[in-house]
Amino acid sequence: MSSPAKKVDVVDYGGGNIGSILRCLDRLGFSYRLTKTPDGKTPLILPGVGAFGSIMGNLAKLELKDRLRDIVKSGTPYLGICIGLQVLFEGSEEAPAVEGLNILPGRVVKFKSSPDNHSAIKIPQIGWNWVQSASEKFKKDGWRNGYVYFVNSYYPAPENEASVLYRAAYGESFAAAVQHENVTAFQFHPEKSGAFGQSMIDKWHETLALH
Amino acid sequence: MPAPGLCRRIIPCLDVADGRTVKGVQFTGLRDVGDPVELACRYQEQGADELMFLDITATHENRGTLVSMVEKVAERLMIPFSVGGGVRVLEDARRLLEAGADKVSINSAAVARPELIREIAEAYGSQCCVLAIDAKRKEIMADAKRKEITTDAKRKPNVDKPEWDVLTRGGRNATGMDALEWAKQAVALGAGEILLTSWDKDGTRSGFDLELTKAFATGLPVPVIASGGAKGPDSFVDVFQKAYADAALAASIFHDGEWTVDALKKELSTHGVTVRL
Repeated sequence: MSSPAKKVDVVDYGGGNIGSILRCLDRLGFSYRLTKTPDGKTPLILPGVGAFGSIMGNLAKLELKDRLRDIVKSGTPYLGICIGLQVLFEGSEEAPAVEGLNILPGRVVKFKSSPDNHSAIKIPQIGWNWVQSASEKFKKDGWRNGYVYFVNSYYPAPENEASVLYRAAYGESFAAAVQHENVTAFQFHPEKSGAFGQSMIDKWHETLALH
Repeated sequence: MPAPGLCRRIIPCLDVADGRTVKGVQFTGLRDVGDPVELACRYQEQGADELMFLDITATHENRGTLVSMVEKVAERLMIPFSVGGGVRVLEDARRLLEAGADKVSINSAAVARPELIREIAEAYGSQCCVLAIDAKRKEIMADAKRKEITTDAKRKPNVDKPEWDVLTRGGRNATGMDALEWAKQAVALGAGEILLTSWDKDGTRSGFDLELTKAFATGLPVPVIASGGAKGPDSFVDVFQKAYADAALAASIFHDGEWTVDALKKELSTHGVTVRL
């Protein structure tokens, strides 16, 4: 498999902590453009942390809402991280009135805390959790199991179970990553998940040659 | 195959003064233990889950926080790290987060003006707003006096239920505020995590304050990082299994080379604590 040039557009939508993904891309030898106007051909990364409602608001303000949807529909590879995963869905319990990008069917829901026993499930989930590839297909594609770093109160509930790349458990089993056609997205932070997490970004980029 | 589920975190703490890492005993009597960037990388290789940098001179000398150190650390680290000390206004937090810190830890300034918590949480999210609390147990009465008062129904709750004071300004100022109440207020304002340091245990190497930690870990909906008193693996097993801490922070035992993070975590794993190995 020939590796395509390591070039990506990173969407600068005003979300938090974009720097950490840029430093990670530096370490991996990617060249990138931090941009509010992705060209639509270069593989795209939507990183970061933030609240669903305000991020969707930012995307709308930057006229990126329809643009991102069009780019993804045209087949350009997309990597979403954390909030970049959540916006792919129809909507979120975090801001029920706000519409997501509606690229993947399903909604984003909140972890259930156990009020009688706070020590069991804290929200947000903060820390390292074990992700396991959710199907034989993804195992065969070479997505390895391991520990990755999460910071999230919400997680995706995709309608299409076949799109679930990784599962993890936090009180309940939840989808930790999804992949459908040209869309790949992680609920965890690969850029903060040590060498294993960082390798996932390379892994994503290598698989682009297959599509 | 490791059991699925969230791991308990081990967080080495690097107290920083003048660009060097130091660790004091109850915050005085500093000993130089090295270059923070070098140490940070060493702990990352050892399997630290996260790192905490506390600029312990910032509050005292009104210095700016160590933004350039944070930039250097951020370049090298592939794991999350927090920075605290001297964060007084939103602008201080912004500079640290933009320099690459994943979280900022605030303490005295939040006590002086709790709205700072809300400002940071609204601007950057609760996940990067750690409230640090230095807690000191309220005076314990002599046993005889205690028994006597325990029989007095009116006084009973105060005696049976331990309470802790909030200290600020590096422990020099007792606020008279109840620590658990303060933590609850902070969570309501948007604090995403509580870094709970036992002033009674800090620097003593006599084990974590289990009673304090348990009261917070079971009384708050957000993760609690236990700090102060770290000893050997048993002290960590206790703070996770008996006091339900979500994470535990330590400095000296790592800086002195007494324990490496991976050796400690292997021990914890054999005692049934879920850790990342």
